[in-house]
Amino acid sequence: MKELNYDSVVIGGGAAGMAAALELDAAGFSCAILEREESLGGILTQCIHNGFGLIEFNEELSGPEFAEKIEERLAGTGIKPFTGVTVMEMDASGEHKTLYCYSGTHGVLRVTSRVVVLAMGCRERNRGNIRIPGDRPAGVYTAGLAQRLVNIEGFVPGKDVVIIGSGDIGLIMARRMSWVGCKVHAVVEILPYPSGLTRNIVQCLHDFGIPLYLSHLTTNIIGKDRVEGVEITPIENGAMQHEKAFTIPCDTVLLSVGLVPENELSKMAGVELNAMTNGPAVDSMLMTNVPGVFACGNVLHVHDLVDYVVEEARRAGAHAARWLKGERPKAEARVKAGPNVRYSAPGRVDLGAVNKLYMRTLIVKNDATLEVKVNNRVVKSVKKNHIQPSEMIALELGPKDLETALGAPEPVVEISIT
Amino acid sequence: MSEELICITCPLGCHLSVDRLGDGNLAVTGNRCPRGVKYANEELLSPKRVVSATAAIVAPGSRAGTLIGGPPGGAPAHGLGDVARLPVRSTAAFPKQDVPELLAAIYALRVEPPVKRGDVLIRDFKGSGVDVIATRTL
Repeated sequence: MKELNYDSVVIGGGAAGMAAALELDAAGFSCAILEREESLGGILTQCIHNGFGLIEFNEELSGPEFAEKIEERLAGTGIKPFTGVTVMEMDASGEHKTLYCYSGTHGVLRVTSRVVVLAMGCRERNRGNIRIPGDRPAGVYTAGLAQRLVNIEGFVPGKDVVIIGSGDIGLIMARRMSWVGCKVHAVVEILPYPSGLTRNIVQCLHDFGIPLYLSHLTTNIIGKDRVEGVEITPIENGAMQHEKAFTIPCDTVLLSVGLVPENELSKMAGVELNAMTNGPAVDSMLMTNVPGVFACGNVLHVHDLVDYVVEEARRAGAHAARWLKGERPKAEARVKAGPNVRYSAPGRVDLGAVNKLYMRTLIVKNDATLEVKVNNRVVKSVKKNHIQPSEMIALELGPKDLETALGAPEPVVEISIT
Repeated sequence: MSEELICITCPLGCHLSVDRLGDGNLAVTGNRCPRGVKYANEELLSPKRVVSATAAIVAPGSRAGTLIGGPPGGAPAHGLGDVARLPVRSTAAFPKQDVPELLAAIYALRVEPPVKRGDVLIRDFKGSGVDVIATRTL
């Protein structure tokens, strides 16, 4: 068994992992990236559509371009990227964390470090997660799997497609499948509003005349060996209208029904998860409850823009470097998700520093107000033109906003949206 | 008769109503800012889209141009998990009605690695000023 030791190890070589590693390296710490795929870049390599990088690079790039531009920053640094290496076990109980990994090239690896940054990204929810009844034929894919097959491997998984769920990956795939010669017959969404961005509804559905069925539930997948059709049932006033159910013939079903942070390793290491995000509960330094284990990117909470992922990962890397130097938060307050706020990440703020918080709302609204209270007193109020659950909201809280929390016995920062 | 549009310039998503006037201009209502008028004019008079797709890769040095990834829907000559397609995109938005023609040209490409990100694969397609470039280094 090969033994390796670094000051820090980043698990996952996507946008988040690379951005975090760059900060650790810049602060003078040795750093390895462990990536299970054969190349760096993570999910970006299959996202060939445009729209990445407006914040980070000030231009609109495709996913592979964004990934390569970040990867190019690794050149000339001391960062050691390992590809084709899968981390199987993590023991983070001691001062030195130990990772056991398998690799076709290196065999079994035992990697030790003082700091681990979790950057494993997320997984797609599948048919089992949303319990679609019916047969079990071939032809049911998650949208991201179909995306990989079409965009990287050159397999087109079917001809007549129905997409379940109106998340952005599903919408992007509606266009992609249309552009490789498939017929996309419908996108079916259980909620009364689409989950994806309006831009994608217009350019991926309207452009191709693909109908979007809102408030409709998929109640049956039909087919013996291969998918033959899906049964769709309208929902009115919260009740299924069985007599209005109809069947759309198709040979392929794509599921775009949400993402779940991939935290099996984290749990193994004793990392506590936040029930709202399914990602680790982290403090103001983006550190989990396990000292020396940090988290960033989609493994922490599902982002909508990779530019935000990179920004957050940079903070995680910088915090991890500070932590290695012995720096700790001055004093922390707990962040409470108030009315109409689903969650905030991180869940704690440093009263002595500028904190950046990402949050999601539960409502769709124009001219909304975001309000921050410290121990029930309003300290900050921000107007928002438009908010919706699919768009993350960023908020900065500095020492001045939080000064009334200093010295309070158990300070609470509550964020609400009205 | 009015045409209905959703402005996608910003996340507000204004629902626009557009009437075509006798002089060829458009009358736009429902917009909350001037960008809605600009959007309606572009979208109704000369709609454009950035095109991203993939191109076939041929094995390096193969004189017969053996496809690593077959044409879409064709029989693949490679294993599951292999990189068999090169991602590409147009360098600018391209007239929407001609997108199928551009896609056909992209699908007709046979690219032999090595290829660098930014390499021009199709230059100035049909005099449009729009290039097609590789978006990944292979």
